[in-house]
Amino acid sequence: MNTIEKQNENQTAATQEPTPTAQSYVSPEVNIYETPDGYVLEAEMPGVNKTGLDIAVEANTLIIQGRRSQVDLKADLLYRESGSEDYRRVFELDPAIDTARIEAKLEQGVLTVRLPKSERAKPRKVTVTD
Amino acid sequence: MIELTRWQRPEVSVWPGVGRLFGLRDELDRLFENQFNELNLGSQPERLWNPAVDIYEDANNVFVKAELPGLKKEDIEVSLEDGVLAVSGERKSASNQTDAKTNRAERFVGRFQRSIILPAEVKADQVNAHYQDGILTITLPKAEAAKPKQIKVDIN
Repeated sequence: MNTIEKQNENQTAATQEPTPTAQSYVSPEVNIYETPDGYVLEAEMPGVNKTGLDIAVEANTLIIQGRRSQVDLKADLLYRESGSEDYRRVFELDPAIDTARIEAKLEQGVLTVRLPKSERAKPRKVTVTD
Repeated sequence: MIELTRWQRPEVSVWPGVGRLFGLRDELDRLFENQFNELNLGSQPERLWNPAVDIYEDANNVFVKAELPGLKKEDIEVSLEDGVLAVSGERKSASNQTDAKTNRAERFVGRFQRSIILPAEVKADQVNAHYQDGILTITLPKAEAAKPKQIKVDIN
């Protein structure tokens, strides 16, 4: 009940002005590879270091979020092309992935996540006993 | 003069307060979905790698920041000629996954080059560059003639 009321509140607010609770993110570019042993995901998030990185596995989804580290240059900005939003992307996981063995590393703004498939899910030959 | 706007990555809005069921408008990508089966592949134009560049300036320096994730220092070249700073390099291959099937490949592979006309004269031999978290920060100290100076003007 409460959530439905809250949603109506947001909707009426939206007709008057942009809802202040929405946060805008930018989607990092990714490469996804698959082998019989698992998946590898690479996400580009320049400006993000380990403290700004948040990786979570919830239900059957992987959520990666990166907060840009604020480097205050104390100089006048003349020209800007880089975005100021943080990064966020959500992936639906193959149920074959063993979520307890997911590993991640971050190097020069590229996050590499290894998602191994569980042993049970790998193709296996079954020997027939007589 | 046509104004060129830089291609922006798709933006996603997330409404954290309302909860997953109603509000979460993330674009859900499937890890196991093979992007190259989709029909839209044919319409993708040849993309150039255009790394984002920011230019700052204070009284003593010009700063240039370029977003270059996932490179090694040896793959990046910075040079300065006639007041134009050139940053170039190459990403050899997106990864070393040789025997893997590629489900999605958005990361650019190949050469990039940006040339930046500097807003002030700089001391070429004192330029230094620092590469961290995928961001290359170049510090260019201004030449003495380019620094702001107080000039007293006598009025008579």
